[in-house]
Amino acid sequence: MDTSKKEGQMKPDDLPEEKSTRRTFIKKLSIAAAAGSAGLVTGGCVGGDNTTEKLGLKWEEYFKKNYRMMTDKEKKETVTRLEKLAKLEDDLNIQMSTQEPREKVLFGYAFNISRCKGYMDCVEACVKENNLDRNSKTQYIRVFEMDSGQQDPTRGDGKYHHEVPVENKYYMGIQCFHCENAPCIKACPTKATWREPDGIVVVDYDWCIGCRYCMAACPYWGRRFNWGEPEVPKDEINTKQHYLGNRKRMKGVMEKCTFCVQRTRQGKLPACAEACPTGSRVFGNLLDPDSEIRYVLKHKKVFRFKEELGTDPKFWYFMD
Amino acid sequence: MNMNPKKGIGAFTSDCIRWSLSGGIGFKLYLIVLLAVMGTGLYAYTNQFRHGLITTGMSNIVSWGLYISNFTFFVGVAAAAVMLIIPAYIYKDQDLHEVVIIGECVAVGALVMCLAFITVDMGGPFRVWHMLPGIGLFNWPSSILTWDVLVLNGYLALNTLVPLYILYCNYHNRKPVGWKYKPFIFLSIFWAVSIHMTTAFLYQGLPARPFWNNPLLGPRFLASAFAAGPAVIMMVLIVVKLRTAYPVNNIIFSKLKRIIVSSAIINLLMLFSEVFKEFYNATHHSLSAQYLFFGLEGHDALVPWIWTAIGLNILGTLLFAFDPTKCNPKYLMLAAISLFTGIWIEKGFGLIIPGFVPSPMGEVIDYSPSTNELLITLGILATGILVVTLLIKPALAILLRFRESNALRS
Repeated sequence: MDTSKKEGQMKPDDLPEEKSTRRTFIKKLSIAAAAGSAGLVTGGCVGGDNTTEKLGLKWEEYFKKNYRMMTDKEKKETVTRLEKLAKLEDDLNIQMSTQEPREKVLFGYAFNISRCKGYMDCVEACVKENNLDRNSKTQYIRVFEMDSGQQDPTRGDGKYHHEVPVENKYYMGIQCFHCENAPCIKACPTKATWREPDGIVVVDYDWCIGCRYCMAACPYWGRRFNWGEPEVPKDEINTKQHYLGNRKRMKGVMEKCTFCVQRTRQGKLPACAEACPTGSRVFGNLLDPDSEIRYVLKHKKVFRFKEELGTDPKFWYFMD
Repeated sequence: MNMNPKKGIGAFTSDCIRWSLSGGIGFKLYLIVLLAVMGTGLYAYTNQFRHGLITTGMSNIVSWGLYISNFTFFVGVAAAAVMLIIPAYIYKDQDLHEVVIIGECVAVGALVMCLAFITVDMGGPFRVWHMLPGIGLFNWPSSILTWDVLVLNGYLALNTLVPLYILYCNYHNRKPVGWKYKPFIFLSIFWAVSIHMTTAFLYQGLPARPFWNNPLLGPRFLASAFAAGPAVIMMVLIVVKLRTAYPVNNIIFSKLKRIIVSSAIINLLMLFSEVFKEFYNATHHSLSAQYLFFGLEGHDALVPWIWTAIGLNILGTLLFAFDPTKCNPKYLMLAAISLFTGIWIEKGFGLIIPGFVPSPMGEVIDYSPSTNELLITLGILATGILVVTLLIKPALAILLRFRESNALRS
């Protein structure tokens, strides 16, 4: 008990670090500098001791590497800092994971257009699970109401606001398709977005410079930008987070659907699939021959959106 | 007067600063106005910096706006210096040789604007170091944006260092040594084409945006830039002729005119070819063009702009092609402004915004820049004008002195 309490109060200087490397030296220097300017920045009134600690943590965060370049130790350190910052800034106890992809897993998704009734429970669950900005009403998922005979959601209605289902209409959900050959990844000038070995296309929010080239490159409108500071009411924040998933985003960075990396790497379904009341959403491991997704791909007639672009999405539509 | 008593980098720098700031009350007033516009822009930027890009008119659908539009256009202006360099250095045209330096100063000003537009468009300008090779990750060669970073900064270096060397020699009353700078001049010719093509490839390479995904984009970019750029240079030359002692021969205007007319005609031809393709058998992919030229689903914010642009484009081309005044500066100024503005609207707004409308999910919305966004843009434009002014003044002073002393000697 005693040790855990001590750990909770650990100052950044006490963190285990490599000795006398240049990086550490710069870090320590910079913490001192940040502490010195703390008064200047905040007007010297808010927080007292906390302010210095917060600025020190933020300063170290500023100089950290791209997630893919971090050693396990560095990953642990940044997670500790982020958890501590959440505590200091928002008085939140979050648990942030850096869980790696599991072996022999490649995620895929299938969407049953004959079952979906357009209730949008998936959208709601996604917003809550992923801590999406409530100010801008950000949604990763969009559901389009379509006339039968259409197959192109760009001609559907993505803003319907009436009782569903409507006769002679069907519904098509759209989100990031986690393409094998993703144009967004190619476009990013800083390698801030990439595909993980389990097929999830992720963003390192802290590495993104906010140029929005990936957004222009995505043919599926799968990405969302934080035009302002995102906000989630404190009591609605999902504290079970992943570094590459639903952790707090800041203004000026890109974000997107991560197939709920914080859930799916633990063997759970993404929030959208779990919330769906009609069973239209099928999610699973493409490399597992006994998975439901493999069954769908084998036995149903499936199609993909904008197949002609050669992006090779891992998201299929099918009918019963 | 012909002998220069002062030598070295210190004297060169201090003289340059003195020459760039010296001027009558009118000039001082002009500087103050520019500084005021820049100050307002800077203030507006602090506002954007604090609250995020939400202070602009951009959204998840139209995710690039006024900044990137202007960036794109001024890349074109920057490359235009090459239209003076080619005749001056390859065809040894003596008349144009005298004004190459002005083209290079305009290029530097334009590049400063380009880099500023990119910076203000960024969500995390303080994270730019993430892109630096070595300490960050530079996604080269995959990302065209990294190519653009390389070619733009390289072109800026070329257009700064070469004139600097020539002027430094002239300041010390020496002729520059050919082998020391001529290779860079030739390099800059290829480089100018590459900043264009790379910037066009930025858009052209995106199958997600059918409006841009068009092989004519790059070449058309070049043609329009080689019309708009020399038009800017002509505007600057007219001001130089009317306001300074530096002689600008009418033959220079008539040569520039010829360059502008041929480029402008090629540009119009390509525009016609694009319009034909979009509308003769309109497909799903023609919706952006339809939005631009005629409006879509009741949204028509760009329609008046594009027709104004096309009108100005044709007017400017005709004014240059049939010049009854035989290079009257005021007439040329009118023609240059007309053509420049036309291409500015068309290659800026008219190129970038329709790429996003309709969105990949078929949504149509109008974009209009916010006041804050406009103020930042004006601030950057003022910065560019200031840079060009402050570079041209000492450059011309040095060239003039060098020429006079040479004339005296011979």
